[in-house]
Amino acid sequence: MATATTQRSWYKRNEIAVTPWLFLLPGIVMFALYVIFPIFQSFWISFHQWDGLGEKTWVGLANYERLLGGDRKFETSFWNNLRWLVLYLLAIPMGLFISLFLNQKVFGIRLYKSLFFFPFVISQVVVGLVFSWFYLPGDLGLLNVVIGFFGFEPVNILGRAESATYGIIAAGLWPQTAYCMILYLTGLNSVDPEQVEAARLDGAKGHRMLWHVILPQLKPATFIAFVVTIIGALRSFDFIAVMTNGGPFGSTRVLSFYMFEESLSEFGFRMGYGAAIAVVLFFIMLGFITYFLWSMYQDEKGAR
Amino acid sequence: MFPTPLEKTSRQWQIGYQVLLPIVLIIWLLPLIAVAVFSIKPDADFTNGNYWGMPSSFEMFTNYGKVFFESDMPRYLLNSVFITVPTVIGCIVLSSMTGFALGVYKFRGNLLIFFMFIAGNFVPFQILMVPVRDLTLSMNLYDTKTGLVLFHIAFQTGFCTLFMRNFIRALPFPLIEAARVEGVSEWRIFLFVVLPLMKPALAALSVLIFTFIWNDYFWAIVLTQGPDSQPVTAGITSFNSQYRAAYHLMSAGSIVAALPPVAMFFLMQKHFIAGLTLGAVK
Repeated sequence: MATATTQRSWYKRNEIAVTPWLFLLPGIVMFALYVIFPIFQSFWISFHQWDGLGEKTWVGLANYERLLGGDRKFETSFWNNLRWLVLYLLAIPMGLFISLFLNQKVFGIRLYKSLFFFPFVISQVVVGLVFSWFYLPGDLGLLNVVIGFFGFEPVNILGRAESATYGIIAAGLWPQTAYCMILYLTGLNSVDPEQVEAARLDGAKGHRMLWHVILPQLKPATFIAFVVTIIGALRSFDFIAVMTNGGPFGSTRVLSFYMFEESLSEFGFRMGYGAAIAVVLFFIMLGFITYFLWSMYQDEKGAR
Repeated sequence: MFPTPLEKTSRQWQIGYQVLLPIVLIIWLLPLIAVAVFSIKPDADFTNGNYWGMPSSFEMFTNYGKVFFESDMPRYLLNSVFITVPTVIGCIVLSSMTGFALGVYKFRGNLLIFFMFIAGNFVPFQILMVPVRDLTLSMNLYDTKTGLVLFHIAFQTGFCTLFMRNFIRALPFPLIEAARVEGVSEWRIFLFVVLPLMKPALAALSVLIFTFIWNDYFWAIVLTQGPDSQPVTAGITSFNSQYRAAYHLMSAGSIVAALPPVAMFFLMQKHFIAGLTLGAVK
């Protein structure tokens, strides 16, 4: 009984200092177990040869030497990742363009906005399937029907190594553009009308108004669009797995897909090599992560 | 308002805009419209090569009936529900607590822990894949819904904490101080003062997490295998190999698989967009 009262009073005395840690505990434990530790474990595994079941064999930097010393699949994946990064960023201007088009007050415009946006909530697996049918060669694919109507030769986008990656990126741009659009629509809603009127009186209009008055006010929306688009580009996996499964001739692989393929391949699990690929991908991402966190940290300091 | 409001522009452009709007929408949704058309066509139209003409008969009920009664689709859908709903609940519980701790209290390491949650959120999944799969195997949870749920809760806690903490930061702090002066204990402040004010954040996060988890494919194929525990995103691929080249059935199946998050979005639009665009306005 006596211990119970002393304990209770200790808790009472330190309540404000202790409570946050009690509230944080379950969240931190889960997050550490499933996210933080695995990052370091992957680094550790990448120095080993491991089939996922038996003993790990220490091989030092051998995985990295093989990876960076002329692995053709790795090179294809790396260049495709760069293509994804650069072309995926087109979602930002495209989203801005559509949001400017839709930022009017006419009958039914809310429904139009929702219908333009809803591809974003469809799973990437289904979007991938929908586009792979859209691209089908012959009369079955609507794309070929449409371009045939305008007198162009039919194309087999996903069947040819030169065009397959671009076809997949175009499919990915569809929901991503919708996402950027909704960010900008929200941003446009809060643009200061007095500044716009003042600029109008000064004779600003069209693209000059957009560039000098509107875009600076949309900066927070642009930052978020940039973050989600970069992350999305480097995470691209679902589209590739569903639309081409890396083919034709391995031409659509990206690092995230190649890593999955190596780790859980049909020819035996090469977890060590897969982990090494993941580490390389992580370092590519780290540059961006550092920049994002730095920007957010500046905001936090400003808020104090 | 930018661009110039329609009522202040020329008559021609006003009419042109009204005409352009539906045309642009149809072009934007063209791939989806194609799938919707396929899903109500009969098998015969595909063997006859009548892909884009009028359907020779409307087989919407036959096609969707087959999806629901002659395939594993209902099982996959049910699995998705049993994976998604517990994840949403778990995330909300954990992150309202972490968000409360980080948003209300000043202590050393507060910002550090906050940024750890944000940083973990940006990490590529692949660097977690091998260890998480190994951990799940060692807990005997491989190919179970529980294994998938635990991982999803942990990973989404990063994003949810960011969301909740920023929301709680914006609440009026004097309210909490007043409760403290009254001698209300800290966990009661959480339950009876802060939590009721967080309803909009809870609603927004629930619909967002529901959509994210329902649409997850990568972790579904890494941590589960068969129709016993795979969600619908992974199940659709086995559904498609069952009905290879039967485009009317594959189309109907895809639409069924995609529908729940779409329905959720149209029902809870306000909360969904509020959650998604958090931080897009200062």
